Formats: sequence, structure tokens, C-alpha cells
Amino acid sequence: MISPDIIWPVIFILGIGSFTLRFAFLGLLANRDLPNWLLKPLRYTAVSILPAMVAPIVLWGHEDGIDTLQIIAALAALATGMATRNVLVALIVGAALYWGVGYWV
Amino acid sequence: MTPMSSYWRGIALSLPFALIVIPFGLLFGVLATEAGLTVGAALGFSAAVIAGAAQLTALQLLMHDAPAFVAVMSALAINLRMAMYSLSIAPHLKGTNVWQRAIAAYFLVDATYAVAHSEYEKSPDMPRRNKLAFYAGSVTIVCLPWYPATVVGALIGDALPVSLDLGFAMPLAFISMFAPLLRSLPHISAAFVAVVLALGFAWLPLNLGLMVAGLGGMITGAVVETKLERARA
Repeated sequence: MISPDIIWPVIFILGIGSFTLRFAFLGLLANRDLPNWLLKPLRYTAVSILPAMVAPIVLWGHEDGIDTLQIIAALAALATGMATRNVLVALIVGAALYWGVGYWV
Repeated sequence: MTPMSSYWRGIALSLPFALIVIPFGLLFGVLATEAGLTVGAALGFSAAVIAGAAQLTALQLLMHDAPAFVAVMSALAINLRMAMYSLSIAPHLKGTNVWQRAIAAYFLVDATYAVAHSEYEKSPDMPRRNKLAFYAGSVTIVCLPWYPATVVGALIGDALPVSLDLGFAMPLAFISMFAPLLRSLPHISAAFVAVVLALGFAWLPLNLGLMVAGLGGMITGAVVETKLERARA
């Protein structure tokens, strides 16, 4: 459970920080181009940080050992998302496998 | 074209994204209350940050007792791409006043950026008023449902029995978000290296393994992209 004492400061700082990132260039209208060595890695933030966060949870997230069904559902969602380029279809396939099969097994 | 018809065009081109925003808003609401947030805090979160992946990241890390500092830094790292959107859309909104730009910045998310940027590239001579009206149309569909969806999700989450096993919902939501982005070799290499580093450095304290993995993945993506460019040239 997340403590209420911590959640509002986190929301506040994240709100300010996110707005700052969004306003950074729109606000200044800086027409100067950022150097490429800085821009290139930024393109890969989402595809680096999201998988890095997910992998340990899927593999080791359960106290009672490895959850094979969870790994299979995660891989199925990954493959579906890559093949269809569709967020919702990936979500539905993964959820159907995990909770659907989990219910019957 | 009148600004009003630009507004409607913004709505029409953004409609497919409503299919993503509403379920993810609901999901965030449910997960937030399951994590112990009040309905008010869940809505406050969605209103202050309007970025699903960043909000879920902060929630996920705080739930697993990561320090608030790490949760904030990780969520902001996820939102770094917004600075790129800001840079990329800025030339198209030249001549607007600072308040218009501040409001546009607040609503700058993946979908509004994608829809508006491609429209502005297609018709660069669109008058300023039409560009803003188009953007407002996109915001109407992509951003405004985020708040009520969060509230409805939070109310559902509040009513659900606490024992419900939603532990896999958050990782699954993340996978569904990044899998469609893995569309080129640099993207796939970045994700692969990030996963290997995340598993290898999971022993680091304060979730610092995530930072190592994120940076490693980003550098990998950039290096592979450069190599491919050189190979083509």
C-alpha cells in the first residue's frame, strides 16, 4: 500500500516535471537544433525503460517461485503487440491467456 | 477551411485513440485504488501528469517500496520523449502566444503529438487558428476522457475486493504499450539490452538497476541506429 503522505508530493513533483519537459521547447520556441548525440538516445527511452521494468517482475515477481503462465502470457502479449502494432489487441491476448487459462487450469 | 471544421477534423483523426485512452484510464484508476490511493489522488495523478506509462511506472515502483525519488526519476525518464515532441512541434506553433503554447504543452501526449504533427507536416501553410483548432479537436478526444475514465476506474477499484489478483495487470499494460514500438532493429536491440541489464543488475539497491538498464538500452539504440545509417551510406 502506498502511503498517502508520499503520494501527493510525488504527484506534485511529477506534474511539474512532466509539464516542464513538455513546455521545454514549445515555451522557448528555441529554433536551435539539439545535437544528434543527445536526440538519438532519447528516441529509445520508452523501449528501454518499460521492458527493463517489466522483465524482473514477470520472471521473479512471485514469492512462490516462477509463474510459467505469467511468462507465457507476457511473451504472447509481446509477440501480438509486435505483429499487430496494436496496443489493445496485445493487452486482450495477454489478459485472455493469463486470466482465462488461469481460471480453467 | 474554418477553424470549426479544423476542430472537427482533429476530432475525426483522433477517434481511434479513444479506444486506447479509455481502457487505460480505467486500468490506471483500478490499479491506483488497489495500490491504496484515494479516488481523489488517482484523479489528481491523472490531471497533473496525463501520461499513462509514467503514472503506472510511479505507481508500480512506489508499491514495491522504492524510494519516492527513484519513482519520480523513473517516471520522468519515461516522459523524456515529451521534450522531443515539444521540440518537434514547436516550429509549427510559431506566432502563438505563451498561454496557447502552455496549454498545448500541458496536453502534449503521444497521440496528440502524432496526430497534430502529421497534419501540420501535410499542410504546413495551415493558418495558426486552424492549427490550434485542430489541436483542440485532438485534445477533446485523446485527453479529456482520461479524467472521467480514471475516476470510473478508481470507483470500480474501490468497490473491488482487495484480494483480487491484479498483480500481472500492470506488467501486461506495459508490455502492450512498448511491444508495438519495437518496429526496427535499433528499437529491438535497445529493449533486449535493457532487459538483460535489468535482470543482471537487479541486485543494485534503490532500483538503480532500472537506471543502468534504461541508459544501457538508450545508448544501444543510438549506437545501432548510427551503425545502420553508416552501413546504408
